[in-house]
Amino acid sequence: MENIKVDQKIDLRGVSCPLNFVKTKLKLEEMQRGQVLEVILDDGEAIQNVPRSIKEEGHKILVVARIDQKYFRVVIERGEES
Amino acid sequence: MGLSEEQIERYSRHIILKQVGGKGQEKLLAGKVLIIGAGGLGAPAAMYLAAAGVGTIGIVDFDKVDLTNLQRQIIHFTKDINQEKVLSAKEKMEAINPDVKVVAHQLMLNSTNIVDVIKDYDFVIDGTDNFPIKFLINDACVLQKKSFSHGGILRFEGQTFTYTQGNACYRCLFREPPPKDAVPTCSQAGILGAVAGMLGTVQAAEALKYIIGIGDLLENRLLIFNALKMEYRSVKIKKSKNCPVCSDKPTITKLIDYEQTACDLK
Repeated sequence: MENIKVDQKIDLRGVSCPLNFVKTKLKLEEMQRGQVLEVILDDGEAIQNVPRSIKEEGHKILVVARIDQKYFRVVIERGEES
Repeated sequence: MGLSEEQIERYSRHIILKQVGGKGQEKLLAGKVLIIGAGGLGAPAAMYLAAAGVGTIGIVDFDKVDLTNLQRQIIHFTKDINQEKVLSAKEKMEAINPDVKVVAHQLMLNSTNIVDVIKDYDFVIDGTDNFPIKFLINDACVLQKKSFSHGGILRFEGQTFTYTQGNACYRCLFREPPPKDAVPTCSQAGILGAVAGMLGTVQAAEALKYIIGIGDLLENRLLIFNALKMEYRSVKIKKSKNCPVCSDKPTITKLIDYEQTACDLK
């Protein structure tokens, strides 16, 4: 395991696109710049799209790691105020 | 404030937008817009603002729904003929989005009541169809430092600009109403129904941008389009140093009721 302090976590297993992105974005809006959010996402469409969209919002993807056959763990650092 | 699960889903396509987000949506839910006229321009504007979740929407009209309105005033249905326009509009707006509080102002605006109606709103949409009321709305908004969207349509054409304090107003462009019958009304000249939608939705977009505080408003620019040629252009307009209402030395300091022609009232 990498050594990153996670400030907040959300579990978006079973939440489909684009609602998973919307919920990630709303959570990041509540956080301060530099804080770290951990998100659990489904394999497939979710993991293909959410990290990319989050990056476009100006946040930093620190980790994308497969948990098991179905899920991924994504660690995001909150970027600049958009 | 915080958004409910249902609101997150309902407004997800707004929240996804980088320039809107949850914060922008919360501004819309706290926003107050007044639409003057539940007609060709007001109908699409009212539907989009209600759908967008603008928290309080006022709608002003004294008239009842007429069969001839239905070709373009898409907020009114055939079953609504002879119903008060503000009540017909309120019903559809609440049906598309129960989050929205709709305030029905069933009255004809004049120099004595307009300030009281507009004062509690953040932004005003002029969706009216005659010059006396357009000048009244302009003067009242300038004097009250209220931002508004001007809109006018005729046949296949439309024009719109947005007034905010310190920028060009309607009187910077046109000093006073044209002589009676110099410009025909929609009832005399006709209007392609979709043109009303094209302009009313531009006005709605300006109201949304103003409330969220994003983008460039149609300030000091008159957007003109011709649907027959399908061309849009925007023309620079300048704040006039000698404007009778918005200049440093205004000659108009109180509101004026210009005479309306009998035809306008039909």
